[in-house]
Amino acid sequence: MPFEWILALRFLREGRMQTALIMAGTTVGVAVIIFITSLMNGLQASLATRTLSTQAHITVRAPDEAPTPVLARTGDSAVLAHLEPRVQRLRSIDQWAGVDRALALLPHVVDVSPIATGSGFAFRGNASKSIALMGVIPERYARIVRIADKLTAGQFRIAPGEALVGIELAKDLGAAVGDRIRIVSSESREDVFRISGIFDLGVKDLNRRWVIMPLRSAQSLLDLSGGVTHLDLTVDDIFLAEAVASRITSQTGLTAESWMAINTQLLTAFKNQTMTTRTVRLFLVLIVALGIASVLVVSVVQKQREIGILRAMGASPRRIMKVFLIQGGVVGGSGALLGSGLATLMVYGASFALRQDDGSPLISGRIETSYYLTAAAVALLTGLLAAVAPARRAAKMDPVEAIRYG
Amino acid sequence: MADILRLEAVSKSYNVGTPIEVEVLHAIDLALSAGEFAALIGPSGSGKSTLLHLIGLLERPTAGRMLIAGQEIDALDEARMTELRGRTLGFVFQFHHLLPEFTALENVMMPTLIEAGRYSRAMRERGKWLLGKVGLGDALDKKPSALSGGMQQRVAIARALAMNPPLVLADEPTGNLDSHTADDVFALLREFNREEGSAFLIVTHDPRLAARCDRRVELMDGRILTNAV
Ligand SMILES: Nc1ncnc2c1ncn2[C@@H]1O[C@H](COP(=O)(O)OP(=O)(O)OP(=O)(O)O)[C@@H](O)[C@H]1O
Ligand SMILES: [Mg+2]
Repeated sequence: MPFEWILALRFLREGRMQTALIMAGTTVGVAVIIFITSLMNGLQASLATRTLSTQAHITVRAPDEAPTPVLARTGDSAVLAHLEPRVQRLRSIDQWAGVDRALALLPHVVDVSPIATGSGFAFRGNASKSIALMGVIPERYARIVRIADKLTAGQFRIAPGEALVGIELAKDLGAAVGDRIRIVSSESREDVFRISGIFDLGVKDLNRRWVIMPLRSAQSLLDLSGGVTHLDLTVDDIFLAEAVASRITSQTGLTAESWMAINTQLLTAFKNQTMTTRTVRLFLVLIVALGIASVLVVSVVQKQREIGILRAMGASPRRIMKVFLIQGGVVGGSGALLGSGLATLMVYGASFALRQDDGSPLISGRIETSYYLTAAAVALLTGLLAAVAPARRAAKMDPVEAIRYG
Repeated sequence: MADILRLEAVSKSYNVGTPIEVEVLHAIDLALSAGEFAALIGPSGSGKSTLLHLIGLLERPTAGRMLIAGQEIDALDEARMTELRGRTLGFVFQFHHLLPEFTALENVMMPTLIEAGRYSRAMRERGKWLLGKVGLGDALDKKPSALSGGMQQRVAIARALAMNPPLVLADEPTGNLDSHTADDVFALLREFNREEGSAFLIVTHDPRLAARCDRRVELMDGRILTNAV
């Protein structure tokens, strides 16, 4: 082991109480940084996952039709009177089959599901309810929204002439699995479906309005003749959804909305949380840095004579400086190591302590490797930087002063 | 014999260029041959320690020429001076200045460790041998705090000799010891001088000890008074 390391480690070892305290401080600092980061990201991910269990990550549809200016003529000149947003008709995506294939090839896109959707009414006996028709290809839609997991009655099976309805709609209509309902679309076409299953998506509005039926049935009810109105997408990293959506828009000219754009409130909440954790982390780093620096400064002052004598024995200022930098690095590094261990325990414990309504863990007990690496790098760097001032002070110390007035 | 040390008109002033500028050493001429055993004596404040610090390359002279082991000091930068100091000079101070975190043996090996960068077997052997010579063969692994003042000073002497330096500088090495212990420590210095051939320049207030040196250099008010051999 080189001279500088021998000295640094011995100084730390013999500094017992000081070293123990500052290492404990650094350890706790690192652990808390990893812990709150994991907790926050875990909470956000679980919240996002819950939100997204009934939503596509990205929804692609035909672009809105441009509003047509209404011109009012007065004499010779035409004045732009007002712009009236056009009532948006149901419009299918041009060449959707090609778009479907192209989207599936985009990076990060996992699944694509074509959907024909529009509004209508459901009738049973003398009850009638306003509904949203959801025409899907069952196997493909199931990969976007796990309807099968959300059935309260019946089966996930949508053969021609069959439909799934939400639990609220079933109640409103007084219908059960096996019952028939009549559906009239906004295009005034009608069809009869047998209820094959009843789902509960956990969102009242969807449970009250959604009727999931075969794509073909919806297409003919909505007069779409083979077209689809939407393509629902999932991506491999939900927080990349917005980026993928803008890429789709710029490449295809279609309107692509990510879940992030739709759930702006949720995203704002996420951003604020992230800001908060970032601030907390920054202060933790500062406190750890100040702690390390102050302990080292005290140590330099205490070791004034020894530094003088080391200089007299031929140790250069540079090497003295290194001795103290190493101490900072070692404190930071071991704090990172111990802190990672502590954080692992804390996150593991939290995964048991924090539960969702249904009893499943709110966060996973695992910490991403990148958090460990980041925390380790930050701690090491903090230790080194915190040691710079004390180390320079040690290097500048006049050996004669130390010896003469020892 | 060749001079291990040569000073020509060396002066040292403090606070140069300020109203409190003071010249502590005035045009000192001094030469020390290899293997010489000299005492540096003089009243308090006469500049003994200052002279030792100059020779020890811990401070630079304000004027004059200084050669150590044939090396012109003026020509050396800080790094080369540090290197020369480590190789050529051994120090023994009044307050022994051992490193409290290290054992006696580790303290003795420290100058060699600084020079070589890492421990070696030879270093350890020499350290043990030196500590054996100063009568501390069974205190190798003791920390300084577990040793008496006299024992600590003997460790410091062993340390000063670790690199087998051609010149050992000692500033009142017995100043803190009772007269019996002081005699022992002094005898040790003498013994190393004879056996290892290092030259010694020893600051002392004790006329008895000064009388036992080959030569006495007397300082008075920053000037050399006698250079008696
Ligand atoms: N850094 C300094 N600035 C100003 N004056 C100094 C400085 N260092 C030493 N002196 C002065 O130089 C003179 C010589 O001091 P020095 O310590 O060399 O004397 P000494 O002979 O070793 O004395 P003692 O026997 O008490 O140890 C003293 O008057 C002291 O006050
Ligand atoms: Mg003195």
